[in-house]
Amino acid sequence: MTLLYTEVEEELRTAVRDLLADKAPAAAEGENAAAWHGLARDIGVAGLLVPEELGGAGASAREAAVVLEELGRAVTSVPFLTSSVLATRVLLDAGYADISRLASGELTAALCVSLAASPYRDIPVAAVDADLVSGRFTGVAGAVGADLFVVPLDGGGVAVVEGDRARVEPVTSLDVTRPLATVTFERAPALALDGGSAPDALLFAAGLLASEQVGIAEWCLAVTVGYLKERRQFARPVGSFQALKHRLADLWLEVAGARAAARNAADQLASGGDARVAVAVAAAHCGEVAVRAAEEALQLHGGIGMTWEHPIHLYLKRAKADAIAFGTPGDHRTALAPLVGLPAPE
Amino acid sequence: MVDATTVRQRAEAFLAGHDPSGLSPLDWLRARFDAGLAWVHFPEGLGGLGAPRDLQGVVDQLFRGTPDNNPGRIGIGLGMAAPTILAYGTEEQKRRFLRPLWTGEEVWCQLFSEPGAGSDLAGLATRAVRDGDEWVVDGQKVWTSSAHLARWGILVARHDPDLPKHRGLTYFVCDMRAPGVEVRPLRQITGEAEFNEVFLTGVRLGDDLRLGEVGDGWRVAQTTLMNERVAIGASGSPRRTMMGVFTEAWQARPELRTHDLHQRALELWVQGEVMRLTGQRLREQLLAGEPGPEGSGMKLLFARHHQEVSALEVEFLREDGLTYDDWTFRRPDGVDFLGRGAGYRYLRAKGNSIEGGTSEILRNIVAERVLGLPAEPRTDVAAPWKDLPR
Repeated sequence: MTLLYTEVEEELRTAVRDLLADKAPAAAEGENAAAWHGLARDIGVAGLLVPEELGGAGASAREAAVVLEELGRAVTSVPFLTSSVLATRVLLDAGYADISRLASGELTAALCVSLAASPYRDIPVAAVDADLVSGRFTGVAGAVGADLFVVPLDGGGVAVVEGDRARVEPVTSLDVTRPLATVTFERAPALALDGGSAPDALLFAAGLLASEQVGIAEWCLAVTVGYLKERRQFARPVGSFQALKHRLADLWLEVAGARAAARNAADQLASGGDARVAVAVAAAHCGEVAVRAAEEALQLHGGIGMTWEHPIHLYLKRAKADAIAFGTPGDHRTALAPLVGLPAPE
Repeated sequence: MVDATTVRQRAEAFLAGHDPSGLSPLDWLRARFDAGLAWVHFPEGLGGLGAPRDLQGVVDQLFRGTPDNNPGRIGIGLGMAAPTILAYGTEEQKRRFLRPLWTGEEVWCQLFSEPGAGSDLAGLATRAVRDGDEWVVDGQKVWTSSAHLARWGILVARHDPDLPKHRGLTYFVCDMRAPGVEVRPLRQITGEAEFNEVFLTGVRLGDDLRLGEVGDGWRVAQTTLMNERVAIGASGSPRRTMMGVFTEAWQARPELRTHDLHQRALELWVQGEVMRLTGQRLREQLLAGEPGPEGSGMKLLFARHHQEVSALEVEFLREDGLTYDDWTFRRPDGVDFLGRGAGYRYLRAKGNSIEGGTSEILRNIVAERVLGLPAEPRTDVAAPWKDLPR
């Protein structure tokens, strides 16, 4: 194992970064179709987690994590996390036959769970009656524009429903770059699959979300350091004031820790062993670091940080939403208790 | 380049030829040094094989259970004096000092800080005046751990007060047995005295004890300080950790657990694990030849973590936390941050953010050298040292 990046991973990063610089020069709200087209079809990120024999790239969580770092750095609005990681992971577990169409980027899918769902709690499920599913799912990310829905079923397993059989109602969302929707099925025809565990997929996604959070934090730190070198008050760069330098030094340390924890989680998920501790540590730490980085970036930019024009708000909104997604930092810490020898009080 | 197989073969051959039970521990350690198995990344003839640093682990694993050099007692020699001597010493100095330093025959101490020069080390006032082939040193040093045990000290002194502060410094090896060296214990908040104040009055040091050029003292001292911080940051995962000590207490005393303490303990467990992973990533970067800037930050993490965990342990223990194991004024033979009772750990950890560069200075270093933020405007850099307000 290594906590560094391999040459292949660095090449993938460069490809994604170059493409985003071209197709998504300034972070913006609303799904970026051009960026997704390039990422999914030209670079092939949609099929990273899908084995080669099923039409994918046969890569691992480590490579997906690198893509997420870059998507976090650019707060790009593309369905990689929701379709290519979360939904794909469930469909792979469930042995879904048509996965190659997701891997190629031709179709996108959304798992019908709230973005706020925790891997450690029960999630809402749909009722099944003669291969027809009914249910209402709130807070679903990646639902708008999804071609397929993956629906957790009462009694276990999942079913696949075509997008046009669902009612999708967008919700005005805190994170404008990853909007949520309410998805409703009324006796919708469904393909029921035997396996597929939504909680397992949520844990997997929580571990990889940490890498997106690293990307967010890294961008916020870099942009703030750059700004404090330029911005002058009291006849000197404000970055020369110790009160600000110390805050940025602390933030840099937290980001360095977040990167180590996120790499560890991705590596453990890639190895296929028990990744519960690694995921919980990464999710608990990185979630808080991304929020702090965005909050510090806003404060240290002064008034310009409060404007709609400056992209910091997109990072703050994404970071705050991400800290709720797939379990809060507190949920992940609580899950660690029995795993690390710190049992709860009676 | 010497590889792992070669190191392993050398170590195995040494073990086959040197039964630890047949030699005194000191003779065994001397033989190990002479075989190049002391610190394999040092050059041949100086206790090493010129091998990559990480191959030391191969030796240490094979040599488990053999006589050791009590690294807790000679930490300043190993972590600070040795790399500085290696970088700046003459061949004669390297041959004279490194072997007994490593075997533990000669303890080293560090004569840097002064009552008037702490974080502002370059402002130090101890004078070194040249007198023929000798230097005469006068001044006062402070916070000097192990000075009462030390045979040698690494010393920074001012040879020319007319030069700007950083340029008027020269680096020496101080003979702690020379006339005029007086060591007085300084009692710490833990009750004991790890450190001392050292008075230097007319101490005569031969010019052959100078390390580096006259006027190069600041640069040589930087080597010492960087090694000190990297030694803390890049050291391997310890077998026992502060969090491990807390976890044992938590498991042993279920009746003391509360929900509030539980949440805080879990936060600290995560903090400790993130620190461990950060250190692991740093070591990987060093081995891959991409020295990561994380090194400067590891000591900051370590200090905060030790302080927070030890503080939580005292609170967790409630009535036991109100007791203390021993206030006796003693001069210990080494340091163990995890030793003794919870109260000692709490008090000793307070020093972690002061010793070896305060956390405030380390944040400046991270901000300026890693992030590239501009330095504070200063008025004390260009003027002659003697003209600075004091």
